[in-house]
Parts: sequence; structure tokens; C-alpha cells
Amino acid sequence: MGRKLLTENINVPGIQSLDVYRHHGGYEGLKKALGMSPDAIVEEVKKSGLRGRGGAGFPTGMKWSFLAKPDGVPRHLVCNADESEPGTFKDRYMMEHIPHLLIEGMAIGSFALGANTSYIYIRGELLYVYHILQKAIDEAYAAGLLGKNIMGSGFDFDLHLHSGAGAYICGEETALIESLEGNRGNPRIKPPFPAIQGLWQRPTVVNNVESIMAVVPILKMGGDEYAKIGIGKSTGTKLISACGHINKPGVYEIELGLPVEEFIYSDEYCGGIRNGKALKAVVAGGSSVPVLPKELILKLANGEPRLMSYESLSDGGFVTGTMLGSGGFIVMDEDTSVVKNLYTFTRFYHHESCGQCSPCREGTGWMEKILHKILDGHGTLEDVDLLWDIQSKIEGKTICPLGEAAAWPVASAIRHFRSEFEEYVKNPSSIKKDNHYYRVNNISSEVA
Amino acid sequence: MNNENKLKFSDDALALSQRMVNRYPEGKQKSALIPLLHIAQAEFGGWLSSDAMDYVASLLKITSIEVYEVASFYSMFNLKPVGKCVIEVCHTGPCWLLGSDDIVKYIEKKLSIKVGDTTADGMFTLKTVECLASCGTAPMMQIGEKYHENLTLTKVDDIIHECKATVVEHVTHWTKKEIK
Repeated sequence: MGRKLLTENINVPGIQSLDVYRHHGGYEGLKKALGMSPDAIVEEVKKSGLRGRGGAGFPTGMKWSFLAKPDGVPRHLVCNADESEPGTFKDRYMMEHIPHLLIEGMAIGSFALGANTSYIYIRGELLYVYHILQKAIDEAYAAGLLGKNIMGSGFDFDLHLHSGAGAYICGEETALIESLEGNRGNPRIKPPFPAIQGLWQRPTVVNNVESIMAVVPILKMGGDEYAKIGIGKSTGTKLISACGHINKPGVYEIELGLPVEEFIYSDEYCGGIRNGKALKAVVAGGSSVPVLPKELILKLANGEPRLMSYESLSDGGFVTGTMLGSGGFIVMDEDTSVVKNLYTFTRFYHHESCGQCSPCREGTGWMEKILHKILDGHGTLEDVDLLWDIQSKIEGKTICPLGEAAAWPVASAIRHFRSEFEEYVKNPSSIKKDNHYYRVNNISSEVA
Repeated sequence: MNNENKLKFSDDALALSQRMVNRYPEGKQKSALIPLLHIAQAEFGGWLSSDAMDYVASLLKITSIEVYEVASFYSMFNLKPVGKCVIEVCHTGPCWLLGSDDIVKYIEKKLSIKVGDTTADGMFTLKTVECLASCGTAPMMQIGEKYHENLTLTKVDDIIHECKATVVEHVTHWTKKEIK
């Protein structure tokens, strides 16, 4: 059983409330932090090796150390709670069940960065979570954990919620900042980076919910102790959102380095594939990362077991590997049409493209249409090559990584499952449009 | 600005709007635009008419075009009238893997409408939406604030039945109840 740093108390009855949270050691991390110098806190986070948990995996301590500190200019910490990556639902789960962990992390981070006003940008659809967080923030204000002179430290700190309104692109940090300023979520050209000119052109750090929460145990146990958990440069624990054709979907906190095979088949985690079926493929880090067939997700190209870590999942590059990404772990069984699953992803990226860059705006639409054509039984072999060509012309040619996020699923599906595309083209009657086996309630007559 | 604009927030909505504006530094009140559009949608029947958007512009002292360009960007804002209950079924990969296509087809058949349409009695609008971070409890749909998860056809029947029996005014994400 791996160590639990974020979810240790998540099932304690009433942990949503301040009293119960404090009774279980809540805000002790903040108390400790307020007795340290801000630079010493940044140093602890650096020592922990914590890497951004939203998907990019950039070292959090380093991101913090880049923050510009010009005299007289306010700075901000912004929490990215715009969780929208298909397959990912960990942040929602954490904010819903243990909201004070996020507030404590925001207070520690803001003190370390010298930010007196910070924001949590939460996706608009999660309104019920917004209310849970607002209630927790109100409790924290009433208890002197937020507001003027928090915990008697002399540090003034205001924390506000900001609701989005439905736009995946706002999970990109500069689009999120634009949205927080009341604009369309169009990513900015970088540089300047947010650390220099972010929210209202002020120095800003944007961190994912899980990254900010992880700062709390790091402060409590010390960065060195945290770094002992995990494997190599993948330190600490990671929340994995597991979904698809598994027996036990849900959010699991794992020590980085757990074998993928154990994660999928152990009863402690996913509990194996549903209905006695065999595994076909996995998208390991949210819809944007390359899909891998069974043999490559379980083992590296050299035959060694693949591990749940940044390095092991990306071993082999995109030829045989993928990415840890956001930890959105989507499992597909033997009956799944990889082409149809890809179509839903491509439709997603087409819908979510902000439209600034032509390769992404046009390319995502073309890819969706070509996949629709193939699934409709009218595809040609040239269409498969055209898909490959389009994705290769989106990747690396856009302002923000949504271009790559749209291209990689297409490239990997063709790389590893080309025969399925070709079969659909040559023999349209083989096209599986639905997962009939999983028809809801198995009452197909009512649906037809 | 439309001087004939008769729309106006309730006192509660105005108070909430002011609290939203106060979250941002002086002169940065445009940051409150998205929250205010949520409030406007709840106040004005579940959608944003150009009058509603002009009114929000006047509250924030920004131009109408600044409101239009934002309202048209985000998927939660309805720019045309919708039914009292907007059923939003997630159809992205993880929900598709577990049967969201069937849920959509079943609701289309049950309500005799297609995705994007509103029933003749103005009760239901059916939409498909992209991933709502509920993949572990797929398939799912959202109505107003509420997530309905681990859907089955029977559950869909119950939910629609309950909407018909209980909903009297528009159920948008932000509602009048929350504004109070």
C-alpha cells in the first residue's frame, strides 16, 4: 500500500469543514510556513522535486523562483482549477472532498511568493464545487486564516474564487489569465512569461490544484523527505483519475514508480478489465497524450515493466512511449474501436480550439471530418495518409500546446493501430460505431 | 448603448454583482464580466439577449462589443432562448466508451427532439457537451448545477420525470436561488 499524502484523510467524515480539517492537522503546514522566510519555502519546494501536476510536469519550485519581484508591483498566485482534460477528474474530486487543503496550499504559496491577493480559477460547470470552496473560504476568513494578518503573522492575504464559463483552452495558463481579465480565452504569445507579465501585466504564477495541494505535505514533512518518495526525478505521489473499461474507476493516489500492470490489475487500484475482457489500449495521461496498445503500455520496448512515472511513461519517445500528463488514465478493452474513440477526441479539440492559429483552427476540423468520413464507410487509404499529414502540420506550429494535444492522439492512433483504419476503409461493414457490449442497461431495442 | 434597455437586475443580483466586482483591483472591473454574465443568464430567463449583454456592459462600464465577444466564446452562455431544463450530455471519449451515444439517442427518442433542439412546450433543450471531469462516473449529464452520473436509461427516465414535476422556472447553472 503506497503512502497517501493528499488523500490520507479524504474519507474522514466532515473533513470538508474547517473544524474537522484542523483536528486532523489542517493548517499546521501554513503555521509552519508563516514562521519561515518566503525564500526558505521556495527552497523546500525545490528540494521536494515536485513537478507541475496539471500535465506539463515543469518543476514547481523552479517556476516559483522565476517570479519577478519589481518594487511596488503586486504579484499573484492563480490556481488553475479549470480541469477539462478528457479522462481527468482528480482536481474536482479533491476540491469537493477536502477544500481546505487547497486553501491552505494557496496561503502557503502566496506567502512564499509575496502575493497578497490570489485567485482560484474554477471551471464554470463545476458550480457545485464552487459553492463548497466558497463556504470553506468563508470559514477560513472567519477563523483568521484568510484576510488581514493571517494567524497573527502580519501577512495580509485575500483569496477569491473566479468562475469560468466552459472553455478547455482556459486550462492553458495564459488563456486562463486572459479569461480572468474578462476576455476570450486566447493564449498569449510567450515571452513575456506570466512570471514577468501575467495577470493585469503583473508577475504571476499559475499552478494546478494538485500542485498547490502537494505543497502542504511538502512543508509539513520537508522537501527532502518528500523527495525520498517516488522514483528518480518523479518524486512524491500523484493522483491518477482512472476511467473506461475497468472494474474500479476512480481517483487513486499512487507513489510514482508503481508498475502500470499493477495499477491496472491490482484490486487496490483499477481491479482489472470489466466483464472479463482483455485490455486493448490505454491513454495514460489525459486525451492529449499518445495512445498505447497493451504490449507497449505494460512493458517498455526492451521488455522491462513500464512504471507510472514521468520518465518511464515517456520512455521510447513517441515511437513506443507516451506521457504521464495530467494522470487521466483511460482504459479501453478489446471490443473498443480506437478509431471511434479518436473521433470523439478530435471532435473535442475542434470544439475547443480558440481559433487564433490557422493550423489548429482549420486542421482540427479537417481531422474531425476525415474521421467522420471513415466511420461513415466512405474513407480511402489516402484519407489515412492525409490525417497523418494534417496532424504533422499542426504540431509545433501554434501559439499554445492545444495544437500538439490535438495532433498527438491522431499520430499515435495511426502509428499503433493503422490496421484498424485500413480495415474500416477496405471493409466498411467491419466498422464498430458503438460499443454495443456496453449499451446502457443492455436494452438496445429502446435505443435503436 | 441601447437607451431603451428595460432590463434590470434584481436587488440581490445587483448586490452579488458588486461583491464580484470587489474581488478585483480598482479599474480592473472587466474581470467580473464572466461572473456577471452567469448572473445575467440566471436573471433573464436562461439566455443572453443583446439587451442583457448591453446591460452587463453598462454595469461594468465597458463597450457592448467587449461583452459580445466574450459571451460568444464560452460554451455555457446561451445566445438564443433555451428550454427550462437544459440537458447537457457529455459525449467525449471516456463517456462514449461507456455508452453516452445511447444516452443521447434515448433522450432524443423520449423527448422527440434532436440534439440542439427544444421541446415544443419549452420544457427541455438537449445539448451534447465536451468532457465535464466526470469520467470515472460515466456516462453522465448535467442539468443546471447538478451532475447526474453513472447514468442508465432508467435513471434518465427518473430525472426527466422529476424535471417535469418540479421545474417551474429556468434551471441554468447559476440560478436565482444562488443569487440570494
